[in-house]
Amino acid sequence: MKLKKNFDVIEFLKNNLVPIMFIIICAICIPLSGLSPSYLLNEIVTRMGRNIFLILSLLIPIMAGMGLNFGMTLGAMAGQIALIFVTDWQIWGIPGVVLAMILSVPLSVLFGLVCGKLMNMAKGREMIVGYMMNYTGTGFYQLIVLYLMGLIIPIKHTSIRLPRGYGIRTTVNLTSLRQCLDNEFAIFFKGVKIPVLNFIIIAGLCLFVVWFRRTKLGQDMRAVGQDMGVAQAAGINVDRTRIVAIIMSTVLAGFGQIIYLQNIGNFPTYTAHSQIGMFCIAALLVGGASVEKASIGNVFLGVILFHTMFIVAPKAGVTITGDAMIGEYFRVFVSYGVITLALVMYEIKKRRSRSLGGALLAQAQREGGTQS
Amino acid sequence: MDAPATAIALQYWLKKMGYPRLIIAGFLLFLFIMAPITGSDLPTQITNVINRFSWNAVLVLAMVPMIHSGCGLNFGIPLGVLAGLLGGTLAIEMGFTGTMSFLMAIVVSTPFAILFGGGYGILLNKIKGGEMMVATYVGLSSVSFMCIMWLLIPYKNPSIVMAYTGVGLRNMFALDSFYAKVLSNFAQIDLNPLGINLVIPTGSLLFFALLALLMWAFLHTKTGTAMTAVGSNPTFARASGIDVDRIRMLSVILSTWLGAVGVLVYQQGFGFVQLYTAPMNMTMPAVAAILLGGASVNKASIPNVIIGTLLFQGLVTMTPTVITALIHTDVSEVIRIIVSNGMVVYALTRKTEESA
Amino acid sequence: MRSIKKDFFGNQVLTDINFTLGAGEVLGLCGENGAGKSTLMKILFGMDVIRETGGYEGEILINGEKAVFNTPFDALKAGIGMVHQEFSLIPGFTATENILLNREPQKRNVVSQIFGERLNTLDYKEMDRRSEEAIKKMGVEIDAKMVISSMPVGHKQFTEIARELSKDRLKLLILDEPTAVLTEKEADALLASIRGMSAQGISVIFITHRLHEILAVCDKVVVMRDGQVVRDVPAQETSVDDITRWMVGRDVQSGSAAVEAKAEQPDAKTIMSIKNLWVDMPGETVRDVSLDIRDGEILGIGGLAGQGKLGIPNGVMGLYQAGGTVVFNGQEIPLNNPRRCLDSSLAFVSEDRREVGLLLDETLEWNVAFPAMQIQNKFLKKLLGGAVKWRDEKAIHAVTQKYIDQLQIKCTSSKQNARELSGGNQQKVCLAKAFALEPKFLFVSEPTRGIDVGAKALVLDALKQFNRESGVTVVMISSELEELRQTCDRIAIISGGQVAGILPAAASSEEFGLLMVSKVI
Repeated sequence: MKLKKNFDVIEFLKNNLVPIMFIIICAICIPLSGLSPSYLLNEIVTRMGRNIFLILSLLIPIMAGMGLNFGMTLGAMAGQIALIFVTDWQIWGIPGVVLAMILSVPLSVLFGLVCGKLMNMAKGREMIVGYMMNYTGTGFYQLIVLYLMGLIIPIKHTSIRLPRGYGIRTTVNLTSLRQCLDNEFAIFFKGVKIPVLNFIIIAGLCLFVVWFRRTKLGQDMRAVGQDMGVAQAAGINVDRTRIVAIIMSTVLAGFGQIIYLQNIGNFPTYTAHSQIGMFCIAALLVGGASVEKASIGNVFLGVILFHTMFIVAPKAGVTITGDAMIGEYFRVFVSYGVITLALVMYEIKKRRSRSLGGALLAQAQREGGTQS
Repeated sequence: MDAPATAIALQYWLKKMGYPRLIIAGFLLFLFIMAPITGSDLPTQITNVINRFSWNAVLVLAMVPMIHSGCGLNFGIPLGVLAGLLGGTLAIEMGFTGTMSFLMAIVVSTPFAILFGGGYGILLNKIKGGEMMVATYVGLSSVSFMCIMWLLIPYKNPSIVMAYTGVGLRNMFALDSFYAKVLSNFAQIDLNPLGINLVIPTGSLLFFALLALLMWAFLHTKTGTAMTAVGSNPTFARASGIDVDRIRMLSVILSTWLGAVGVLVYQQGFGFVQLYTAPMNMTMPAVAAILLGGASVNKASIPNVIIGTLLFQGLVTMTPTVITALIHTDVSEVIRIIVSNGMVVYALTRKTEESA
Repeated sequence: MRSIKKDFFGNQVLTDINFTLGAGEVLGLCGENGAGKSTLMKILFGMDVIRETGGYEGEILINGEKAVFNTPFDALKAGIGMVHQEFSLIPGFTATENILLNREPQKRNVVSQIFGERLNTLDYKEMDRRSEEAIKKMGVEIDAKMVISSMPVGHKQFTEIARELSKDRLKLLILDEPTAVLTEKEADALLASIRGMSAQGISVIFITHRLHEILAVCDKVVVMRDGQVVRDVPAQETSVDDITRWMVGRDVQSGSAAVEAKAEQPDAKTIMSIKNLWVDMPGETVRDVSLDIRDGEILGIGGLAGQGKLGIPNGVMGLYQAGGTVVFNGQEIPLNNPRRCLDSSLAFVSEDRREVGLLLDETLEWNVAFPAMQIQNKFLKKLLGGAVKWRDEKAIHAVTQKYIDQLQIKCTSSKQNARELSGGNQQKVCLAKAFALEPKFLFVSEPTRGIDVGAKALVLDALKQFNRESGVTVVMISSELEELRQTCDRIAIISGGQVAGILPAAASSEEFGLLMVSKVI
């Protein structure tokens, strides 16, 4: 009885290595950073409001067995293009945000479609394809935003156009949209601002994800994710299902990016999307998700832990070493490190089951040997 | 009767060359033709291309061993670059200057390359089949880890540490008194006195030729043959008594070491050392170049390296001047991004690859 | 639905197959491997392979009407269900979810009205009800809520059957060796449920190697051999012995083909001794094999597919995880280490040419010379006092050319890539590769699989010649008994992962047949 309990503890530690590590890092860094609890809480709540939607967009491809969708950046780009238009048309407040979301959909669908098709051509290598797609996509994004906007795509306002007459300035100011979602129904609770509308939207998406798992499409995706061959044999259109999964993820990522940017209030036109994929994936993995399994709980835990680390690391770094840059680099290192660790564990696990069979056979013979 | 036969031959040739390579080569040819028309000086352009070739070729060559042993494209080349950076900075720290500093940089970086490559090899052997994604992130996380180390390692040499605090290395420093141009100035052919703006960095080219020759020779030895077989069909190799893990490990170490030497060659040509996040930017040009040269995820040769580097670097150096002159807009950066990354996506999705 | 009749008239593997099956009847189908059972069932089930390889001739009649199945889905629609040997289940789903995979009952909702049917929600209550019903129909208790990956093998098999039973229009169920993975108790339960199904009017085609099961449950027995139906009799009128004889029995002329078999030499020295070998090779598990191989003989290893005969060479040569002891020439050979085997002058021609046997994307020269170069340092020039071992292209070319001539390998040149060769020529390259090693002992696994008759004879002759002239001991593993009898001196039959017996090549087909099914698991 006691033995079994010990076993469980070890198993639990093994399965939740990353979150536990992060809890420890946070526990050490928080006191060292010297930040006040209310400040910390405020920051975390804000970051939850702006990031969770983006991270939730990763869940669907994982369900469909396509791993971490490094191509979500494409959705972020679609969101940014939509925001540029909305800013140019000077549509303020919530209608602006809604319009941006609507505008981003066709773009996201297109990007997702291309990405999904390419991933279907490279089954088993979805992640690296997605990873490369976000760089290739960045190239096309720059082409559109830096050259075509103003030349072919009409941009009226000089405030966002480069002085040379075409292309968008390096920063797009979203003053008119800034925090319009966050401020709607916002509640101040003991000095902590809670962006209620944001959380309502996130709750809605969570419900959608839960509901979606129970639909036919969701069920098909889970089947495809676990065994493409069997799903195909049962008559499920595997390729199509996978493309739909990526498109959904891309569209949600586009929405997520719009929510994220309206919170920040401006964005660097050419780099805003570049790190989004990495941070979202790292946060999800920190929450205990793996390449093949992720839940809404992982998303929430991940955001809290990852962003706590993110906020406190630079300050704690200063306290320890006296150099602000070290904490800065440390948090980047941790983000990359977590993803590396998750990928390595996933690959090792894929290969582990093999050696089990032999042990069973040897045992069977030993037992059988006594009879013969 | 003849026409269809030639058509078929042409089709076969097209297929063998690969469309992207032809498109890029055609584009490059177009650039060369346009260069004089737009008023830029052709010999200067050629000098630039050769120069860039000589800086980058060794880094591209570093892709070859891992592709041969079936480890795929070495997205983990930043590890080698880091070993090279350690070698370079430590050699300078020890007080070497001039040609000696270059030699010592290679010598010092070698143990690091073996160490990093060894660890990296062990890891890659545990995750066969999933190398590329892991390699990418191993590269990224080791670069960010070294960012911390550049600040923490107690370097003292005033010409490389931060000017104000004296702690931690600078983001970038010049190599003028160290190994800048040590190779390219060796037996340099300068036609400027003849009125032609053509300078050939003979030493750098010879150095690359030497390494390429060694690589070619290595692939003709028993071990090199085994390496190719491991990449071609690991099961066959195992059934033929090859220790697949050991060969793969060797290829990873070789790749890493070549990466280290490659970055040192790059620095001597460029004349500066770039630290911190700079190594992350070394991966894509090298990967894209070898793919452009006609390599696939599991086959690569020395000609692939040479053709690929020429095409890619030609593209990178020619577009800014020629295209800008043509349409008065600098789209070179965008073209570079799309070509280099699009090339990798193309290679990854090619149907000929095994689906594992 | 009165009676189902099928007429086949195939030309290659199947010739002129006719049989009928009535409603609610259970038909036992048996025959050796390669007798054409699987092909027949693939035609019946409309598998893609059949269409891709040029379709079939003849016709299938269901209820007196001609039926054409282009895809398995057509067959499903017509009420035919098939349970394959390999499980086709989603590991992370419950039994219920698997039973109703892609046929889930759905409820419409607001979203699905707009975005299409795929967004219908699943009706979990209805799903539970229907899976419950299917399980009840089968008559075996399984937990519908249990996730497949945590089920014992037998329950997985039952889930598959329940899935077929849950289909409304099921009239005919094909079970392809369903008992192969079951324990005896589970197998009994399955047999009982087959009887139950037939009582409900569902016809069953039951394929198995366990003949007593056929007798226990079937109404009639169809025995196939070499693509023909040799017997079609009611089950009551036959016995295990009869069926065995029909399965392996051949015409008298070819039956005694082992003309030049050497006389038994019981006193010949044992060159390799295998004791208590187990090998974890998926689908070809070796459980407990002990075998002595005599110097200079050709030993055949035969048996039905999946009984473990292929596992033996793969295990000894270290390609799959194995345990036990192997002593060669008085020295024990460590297992799981291909290099040590090759160093001791063993060689192996794998049954898996494309995966294990060849470097498909390299030249013939590389393929032939590679192992000899790596193991024995042949075809290498030593440069710089032996520090550099340089590939000797000339010697490689010479040796490859020699074997191309000797084995009549058809190729454009020795520089051709192995992928471009036909199956038979690829097999010859594999042999050349092994010959180039000049081994003392050679394992040849399925040397004639997938190659044409002419190449077959050549390959077998080459092996014989290699044995007789160079005195090399050869162990040949093959599913084709006839081929073994023509080539080998002695033949060991593997059944259930164990040696069922060793017979001289001249022994009668019935004896071999009995051994083949004796320990089938």
